[in-house]
Amino acid sequence: MTPAARFAIVIAALPFAAAALPSPAAEIPLNERLSAYEDMSRDNKAMQDDDTSNPGILAVLDGEMVWSTPAGASGRSCADCHGDAKSSMKSVAARYPAFDAAAGRPLDLEQRINLSREKDQKAQPFAAESKELLALTAYVAMQSRGEPIAAHEDPRLAPFIDKGRALFNARQGQLNLSCAQCHDDNWGKSLAGNVVPQAHPTGYPIYRLEWQSIGSLQRRLRNCIIGMRAEPYAYGAPEYVDMELYLMWRARGMKMETPAVRP
Amino acid sequence: MAARTLINVPPKAKRGEIIQIKTLISHIMENGFRSDNIGKPIPRDIITAFTCAYNGEKIFEATLYPAISANPFITFHTVATESGMLAFQWTGDNGFSQEATAKITVE
Amino acid sequence: MTDPTPRMNTTRRAFLTVTGAALVVRPAKATPASMAAAIRQAIGETHVKPGRIKLNVPPLVENGNVVAVSVSVESPMTEKDYVKTIHIFTEKNPQPNVISFRLNARSGKAEVQTRIRLADTQTVVAICEMSDGSCWSDKVDVILTLSACLEDPI
Repeated sequence: MTPAARFAIVIAALPFAAAALPSPAAEIPLNERLSAYEDMSRDNKAMQDDDTSNPGILAVLDGEMVWSTPAGASGRSCADCHGDAKSSMKSVAARYPAFDAAAGRPLDLEQRINLSREKDQKAQPFAAESKELLALTAYVAMQSRGEPIAAHEDPRLAPFIDKGRALFNARQGQLNLSCAQCHDDNWGKSLAGNVVPQAHPTGYPIYRLEWQSIGSLQRRLRNCIIGMRAEPYAYGAPEYVDMELYLMWRARGMKMETPAVRP
Repeated sequence: MAARTLINVPPKAKRGEIIQIKTLISHIMENGFRSDNIGKPIPRDIITAFTCAYNGEKIFEATLYPAISANPFITFHTVATESGMLAFQWTGDNGFSQEATAKITVE
Repeated sequence: MTDPTPRMNTTRRAFLTVTGAALVVRPAKATPASMAAAIRQAIGETHVKPGRIKLNVPPLVENGNVVAVSVSVESPMTEKDYVKTIHIFTEKNPQPNVISFRLNARSGKAEVQTRIRLADTQTVVAICEMSDGSCWSDKVDVILTLSACLEDPI
């Protein structure tokens, strides 16, 4: 049985299954928002809190090495232009996805890193979910740990936040579910053994126990989409970035936790 | 990328003090009981042994089996006896071998 | 990335969800008998008594891939009286052995931590062997909750 089929059975067995759901999804009031950190067991919280035991730190250390290793025809490293990431990258991840004028749309942090790799370093972009890309993203994002997620007030982002919101609220897949039905309307309840989180992307890339590795927000979205038995988008698809943007806007003001640990 | 290790040893300790040592290493710990999506068995690839030596003397050992989580985390204790070097070694399937060291000053 | 627990366990869990029955064919895996054999192989025929060792595992586990475990043993950890080995075993993982630690008098404190995989709801056992040859054990029954949000291999 595939995980998607398993998810379908679990969903069908739950009291808040699709038919019983109240139809309009209401956004969570700002003062009721919670990081999924709060839903975790004491052991898993401890794993995230201690940098000598958080496995996500292994990726951050790899990322630090990638940051300072020259790459591509330019022969330059990230550090050669950006200097010390601790200052130059502080709060940067909290502002992503950000609008890119050349692309005419928002790019997420992974895409921005790969753009600089192609354009500035003249190197091959890293593959989606590759160890190097996740490591470098985790290293950059960790420089925002404890910083509030930006409000994404750039007016050019507004239509893309709307697109992301529409995707979040759209019923999809064979289960005919929307993201909002779980994460806006039923957060805090149990979905089998899991607490349904509010889905705030405060700690990406995350070290997910289910994956036993670090992974991106796009991987997590893909995971949910498969769970709803819908067709996932290809990595890097604009739909994912729009959803990432909407979720970050929805989590505005919450503190970054990268590299977070999640079950 | 080579395996990444993360060792936590207090840099300074008093003679006779019991110190905690924490170790983390990147490794997939493929358990050998799984199949890929076309049903082909995925061969086992795990770390099977871990040792720690304090100025050359072995002070701790562990034998790991497939039930150890990916990116093995092991903590243990030792008595700080003298200044010097703690040497860590992980070995495993497919010739895997990784070393790391940490300095300690004992006053 | 593939599903890290043996596939048959998830099949069983899903099956249970549907039917509430436990009738299912499973491949070879550890059993209480094979765990007992593994224990004998580790410590010989010594009689194992309860006490002196404390196994800490959360009774309810969110994800069986990574379960924080700590084991501590009451011992003065002197040349005359110390803990030689600490072993962890499981009843229903594909293999009963989890990890074995070898300590000595220089350890100062007989306390270790690691992270283990649990394929199913089951009993986890810790056994230590002292320098005098005596063996002590502790066990914890762990419930593994069914996760709804697993992932297809990528």
